[in-house]
Amino acid sequence: MTSEEASGPRDIAVVAFAQTDVLRTTDEISEVEMLMPVLHQVLDRTGLKTADIGFTCSGSSDYLAGRAFSFTLALDGVGAWPPISESHVEMDGAWALYEAWTKLLTGDADTALVYSYGKSSPGSVRDVLTRQLDPYYVAPLWPDSVALAALQAQALIDAGDTDEPALAAIGARSRRVATLNPHAQRRGSVPQGEYVVRPLRVGDCPPVGDGAAAVILAAGERARELCSRPAWIRGVDHRIEAHALGVRDLTDSPSTRLAAEHAGAFERPVDTAELHAPFSAQEVVLRKALRLDDSVRVNLSGGALAANPMMAAGLVRIGEAAARIHRGESDRALAHATSGPCLQQNLVAVLEGDPR
Amino acid sequence: MPEVLKAPLVLEFPFTRSLGPVQSAFLTGLRERVVLGVTTTDGRTLVPPVEYDPVTADELHDLVEVAPTGTVTTWAWNHAPRRGQPLATPFAWVLVRLDGADTALLHALDAPGPDAVHTGLRVRVRWAEERTGAITDIACFEPYDGDEAHRPAGHSGEFENAVTGIVAPARLDYVYSPGRAQSAYIHALAEQRNVGERCPSCRKVYVPPRGACPTCGVATSEQVEVGPRGTVTTFCIVNIKAKNLDIEVPYVYAHIALDGADLALHGRIGGIPYDQVRMGLRVEAVWTEGGRYPDHYRPTGEPDADYDAYKELL
Ligand SMILES: [Zn+2]
Repeated sequence: MTSEEASGPRDIAVVAFAQTDVLRTTDEISEVEMLMPVLHQVLDRTGLKTADIGFTCSGSSDYLAGRAFSFTLALDGVGAWPPISESHVEMDGAWALYEAWTKLLTGDADTALVYSYGKSSPGSVRDVLTRQLDPYYVAPLWPDSVALAALQAQALIDAGDTDEPALAAIGARSRRVATLNPHAQRRGSVPQGEYVVRPLRVGDCPPVGDGAAAVILAAGERARELCSRPAWIRGVDHRIEAHALGVRDLTDSPSTRLAAEHAGAFERPVDTAELHAPFSAQEVVLRKALRLDDSVRVNLSGGALAANPMMAAGLVRIGEAAARIHRGESDRALAHATSGPCLQQNLVAVLEGDPR
Repeated sequence: MPEVLKAPLVLEFPFTRSLGPVQSAFLTGLRERVVLGVTTTDGRTLVPPVEYDPVTADELHDLVEVAPTGTVTTWAWNHAPRRGQPLATPFAWVLVRLDGADTALLHALDAPGPDAVHTGLRVRVRWAEERTGAITDIACFEPYDGDEAHRPAGHSGEFENAVTGIVAPARLDYVYSPGRAQSAYIHALAEQRNVGERCPSCRKVYVPPRGACPTCGVATSEQVEVGPRGTVTTFCIVNIKAKNLDIEVPYVYAHIALDGADLALHGRIGGIPYDQVRMGLRVEAVWTEGGRYPDHYRPTGEPDADYDAYKELL
């Protein structure tokens, strides 16, 4: 045991990140065929081989694939024979990263591979997501994901927190900055479009697409060996709110605020934030909950309004924030991931680079 | 590149769910045109009611009747209703706080257009004609500018023949595409060929190929024709007839290592009595007229393979 470990929790960092281009359809390839290039990229960036990885954790959803235990097929891509230490979450890869981070904190492993993927193209993601709702009172009405986000947007408009032009500006800004992100699906100037479910227009909603992402975590000195400027994880926390929408104040996100508090986000200002806000109005809620002012660079990647691969978009937020630290473009960044209707579940991670 | 294969994949399932005492009372109440909430220890009334307080986690059971009238707390205009939604004509999604409740219920509002809807709008329940004890017993809400129509009579929440479960049908439609490796395999099968893929690293040949070597974690790339003959490595005897399957039981289902493959695939064995199938039996694929895949495998008549020849493929 090193003295560093004896004195407190180990330092753990994101040392590599890779993502696919997000595309509307990827009919010609299977999930594992989509995933393998990003797995190889993160391994190549660190020089690690599959056999060197201490723990592997993935995030995906059978409901997108329409097949039970679909994640087991993706395991072929990580070389799961001879047997590896592996786990899976039936949600966004950001939560898989949380599990891997806690695994490294215990000292059971020094490196972890985290990956996630989602192909929304085979089904109708608006309908698929209804199956995560309360099965007694809500799911039988089939309210789709855009409808629920639209209820939240209207609540914000009624509260005076935003209006339709302000929402349109959020979408426009996201897609404008996404022109610098080669992986983004919807980039540049896009008309705000018709109402999908009023008050949300096409430009307020995320594009539906297929994509995958992978991250490597490493602890302590191992991180320094693998990456010239590791993105140290200073804290991660995730919180959930009541699932009944009518119980919640849709204009606020107390779970995001609480997760941020526990992750240490409010101890010192961040310079960069990657927020997982699939709908424009949700960025308004998150900026308020996270107390982000104009000094913080928010979603330079374009965020989920430019590319929202289900189950990977949250992990991409952490990866994008880490990559900025790797490149020296950020010293302290916040990454946020969400899951469930109207920001029901929220994860916040705080990442830092070594002082320069 | 060959044509991308696609096929419809429909998942349909009637989810049968049991109800707890509070949910049972609420849904039975809807059947009887009574709306019930549940009172929390700090005096709020939750509608729809839940069994545990979302804030304190206290177990809740004190039912209280609320009015079938209420106020819209937020809304969204749905101009293009989707399958399964409460109304087939354009409608508003609404959260409605019923009179007497502190929380809001999600449902649909039948209104002529978005201009007729606003937060604060007064509405009332429109009951479904046929009610079974489900959230859909509320057909929808409708605008209502009268007084509190039916003041709650203070129903106890006790009903005869209370519903104790719901059946919630679910259906999702997909278009399945098998991807590059499996598409190539399926295309070859239609030409009565069995094509596997070789791992560039460990040289193993996988049939059917899934695009990756599970040992090396790399893409398999090189196509290799295998078979047409193979060896039964292990088998089982099926004694129960599957629905919609016109194969006489008992029959044999086997793992078959095609010549040149490093992984056994599975298939039905025919052309031999079920009780004479054995490990090591040499077999070959049988395609039926116009079939896109082998119907079954039959004995070739060759001598059985030595155990040593296939023991690594068990
Ligand atoms: Zn191999």
